[in-house]
Amino acid sequence: MLAYALKRLGVAVLVALTVSVITFSMVYLPGDPAMALAPESASQEDIEHIRHVYGFDRPITVQYLDWLVKALHGNFGRSHYLNEDAATVIFNRLPTTMILGACAMAFALALSIPLGVLAAVHPNSIFDRFALTVAVVGQAMPSFWFALTLMLWFGINWRLLPITGTDSWRNFVMPSVVLGYYVTPAVMRLTRAGMLDVLSSDYIRTARAKGLRPMRVLFKHALRNAILPVVSLASVQFGFMLGGSIVIETIFAINGLGFLAWESIQRADLPMMQAIVLVLSVFYILLTLLADLLNAFLDPRIRVT
Amino acid sequence: MTEQNMAERTIARAGIPTAEEILEPTPGAILQRRIFGHTSLVIGIVILASIILMAIFAGVISPGDPYDQVLSRKLIPPIWHDGPKVSWTHPLGTDSLGRDYLTRLFYGARISLFIGFTAMLISGLIGTTLGVLAGYFGGRVDMLVNFILTTRLSLPVVLVALAVISLIGSSLSVVIWVLGLLIWDRFAVVMRSATQQMRGLEFVTAAKALGCSTPRILLSEIMPNIANHLIVVATLEMAHAILLEAALSFLGLGVQPPQPSWGLMVSEAKGLIFFDSWLIGIPGFALFTLVLSINLLGDGIRDVTAPENRN
Repeated sequence: MLAYALKRLGVAVLVALTVSVITFSMVYLPGDPAMALAPESASQEDIEHIRHVYGFDRPITVQYLDWLVKALHGNFGRSHYLNEDAATVIFNRLPTTMILGACAMAFALALSIPLGVLAAVHPNSIFDRFALTVAVVGQAMPSFWFALTLMLWFGINWRLLPITGTDSWRNFVMPSVVLGYYVTPAVMRLTRAGMLDVLSSDYIRTARAKGLRPMRVLFKHALRNAILPVVSLASVQFGFMLGGSIVIETIFAINGLGFLAWESIQRADLPMMQAIVLVLSVFYILLTLLADLLNAFLDPRIRVT
Repeated sequence: MTEQNMAERTIARAGIPTAEEILEPTPGAILQRRIFGHTSLVIGIVILASIILMAIFAGVISPGDPYDQVLSRKLIPPIWHDGPKVSWTHPLGTDSLGRDYLTRLFYGARISLFIGFTAMLISGLIGTTLGVLAGYFGGRVDMLVNFILTTRLSLPVVLVALAVISLIGSSLSVVIWVLGLLIWDRFAVVMRSATQQMRGLEFVTAAKALGCSTPRILLSEIMPNIANHLIVVATLEMAHAILLEAALSFLGLGVQPPQPSWGLMVSEAKGLIFFDSWLIGIPGFALFTLVLSINLLGDGIRDVTAPENRN
């Protein structure tokens, strides 16, 4: 286990370093970063001055290492627009996005796991068809359109829910449904496939032959084994959701990380963008690392291969 | 030669099938039967074909010009609404600049399909190359590809796409390249495992024993046998690319105005949600229908070519 954990940790660190190189190189995407920062009327001297102040005149590896060391100390530079410490701004906005992500995940699991189990217990029944429809529609629904449609009916026409802001829990209902529905198809299909697989296995037949109650067989014996890959998929999808919440937060004006990312992109606030990309990527890397370690801990077959 | 024999020969020459042939349908006939017996696949093909035709003949069938602004005729509702301005000249009404909505919808189909298809080609090329190499060679190559794949997966797609496009400036080709370079992960995963399954089979060993070169084995032995997986992933990724393009355009960093992208049309109409919500409904529904039809097609192809993989 320890050997596997160390190896997996090493890969995670390497991936994080590669991501940091990619994030850093965003500075050089527009060509000359000093020119990009300078106003159009800037003289050559001004540009040279900017280049010197921001350190763009140093060798690129020195710039990267300097940036990386600062980032490792939690210093992502100052936001060009807000003139505040980027890390502070991010950690102020992070809780909102985490709450949204958790609510969305709770909605997705509450919808997809019972549906997946029902569909697997009664294959080709009406439940199965319904579950399949939910999945097929979910995969084809553009999230921004779904969000606006919910807003139109529940917010404007029926006046049941507030359409923007983060004042109460009711503000989180629609965004969570939209964001959660996005991950429902994958979780549902995996639950269904896993349950179908497990239900046809020998030990379930044995459990049934022993005369155990059907519910006990279903939940204690079958679901426990089928849920394992679902847990790791859900943790991976949680990472995707935080990255994808940019669209939802922008529509519902939820003051989280996604909205901050969109604002920073509009303002061409590069240090902010870099910090958000890096934080979200590292968060995703940690999530997958934890999921893999948990899986290896629960299922010894993974550690060996 | 007996008379009965003669009769049988005549029948065979006339092309009339004998008893054995009737009992065993040709593989083509089996495939055909499977395709037409698969309702959702047929629905997917019909819808997708109509949208493709709509896009190709947009110039012929549209009632107007997608860029033609007539401010005196702005915000006419579609024909299923009541109102003094509703008319068959503008079946789906007009937008806030007085442009015919049906025309913009037709031309928008072109943009969605074009971006989806080209981005899928780029990502397919990258993902298939990486996946096939990793699956065939295994070992260090596999580890390297796996590493690149993990790195790519840890980058948030929408955020990175938005950031990159905002830094280098938006245009049709920038959107296509950014999407193509970002969404190859599923191609790599599926092609890798499909190639791994093929690698140890007899025909590959036979080709090796015959002295075929590695590129030849990869291209003419392995590729044809994993082509069905490739087509399935390609349809799903095309749908994915179309949805991403729409999301980028919705956020203002994809297709730029005045071009008629469906995502951009929803974005332009979102300020009018209180008054003219059909402006959001129509392009959104078109997008949903297009993506749904492509997904139905992909799922259908998977069921028809490899029924054992159905779940």
